Amino acid sequence: MSRQVQITLVILVLGVVAGAVYLRGLHSQFLRLASPAETDAQAHRAVTQHPVASPSDVKARARIFWASSDKPGTLEPVEVELPLSASPAQRARQILDTLLNPPHPALRTLPADTALLSFYLLADGTAVADFSDAVARSTPSGITSERLVVESVLRTLQANVPAALRLKILIHGQEPETLAGHLDLTGFFLLRVTDANTAPAAAGLTPPREPAKLSP
Amino acid sequence: MFELALAIRADLERQGIRVVLSRQPAENPSFDERAALANALRGAVFISLHVASTGRPRTAQAFYFRESPIAGPPNSGPALSNPPMEAQLTPEALLRWDQAFAAAARDSHTLARLLQAQLRDAFPGSPAVPEGAPVRQLRSIAAPAAAIELASVAVADRSILQNMAPALAAAIARAVLAAPLTASEAR
Repeated sequence: MSRQVQITLVILVLGVVAGAVYLRGLHSQFLRLASPAETDAQAHRAVTQHPVASPSDVKARARIFWASSDKPGTLEPVEVELPLSASPAQRARQILDTLLNPPHPALRTLPADTALLSFYLLADGTAVADFSDAVARSTPSGITSERLVVESVLRTLQANVPAALRLKILIHGQEPETLAGHLDLTGFFLLRVTDANTAPAAAGLTPPREPAKLSP
Repeated sequence: MFELALAIRADLERQGIRVVLSRQPAENPSFDERAALANALRGAVFISLHVASTGRPRTAQAFYFRESPIAGPPNSGPALSNPPMEAQLTPEALLRWDQAFAAAARDSHTLARLLQAQLRDAFPGSPAVPEGAPVRQLRSIAAPAAAIELASVAVADRSILQNMAPALAAAIARAVLAAPLTASEAR
């Protein structure tokens, strides 16, 4: 084999290797672009939602009401261990942030790009949760699906934040008439019955199902 | 949805039930405008029809108004022993618009229960009991009122809805005629 042929072959091999590296890069880029929803959701969450943590947080068990993987359209409590604040308002934020970020997409009850914009807990036990407008925009319209969203928030707060007696849900700072066309958001949702807020509609509060354990 | 309502109206009227639709195709009345129309009719029963893109296909769920979705065990019936506020109302009392549902809370639950039993027969796989939920449309209705949601229906495929109409109309007619409605004098 002449020297010229050897040089040509080496150049060809180098070209093939360079092409393979380039194609691999293109493939990775294509895969990233192929899942823009999750990327957008992550980017949105990174901007609007900051981790709520303080050095005084202690690890504690919390019950999060995510979607049941066995019975579609229902909720199932899952016990998770979280660093939780002693402050009820901070604790509520941490709990709701966990609800918004389930360990598996199938457990999700609120749309992936939903963020908790702010949370307040007033002295009289009134909690105010302000969600981003994605919760209204991306929740499938329907009584059943909207009910699941609200119920997961209510039950999760009820199980973990005893100081919260009633909840007002806002969307982007506004009081909408409905969540996504059906479920009424104009009033307050009772979380706990006390002498101060006793109402016949809440008299039927009963403990929910036994929680499942979340395996690591 | 409007075509479904028209088909159901025709079936119900053949059975002697007068039907008033709360909207026309070119209209988009508010919840309160629909409620005002229903509340002005003496002895009316209000049924709100919905389709959802989620849920088990070809099943139907009836709902009655309940202020909180967690006032009872998950996915179960209401606290029947304590219908909200109804006992506090007297005939001469003025109703608060946002509490109008309380005037017929017991009858609304009865209607939803009867509807759900009929829906389960008509659409096998449907739940056995109605659900309580704060459905905005039902809040201001001072008459027996329930919502029906048909599951997993793609809006683009109208044939599914049209095929469900006769069974749905029959289920509604049987439930309305069977309901011992204390708040309504005629249907």
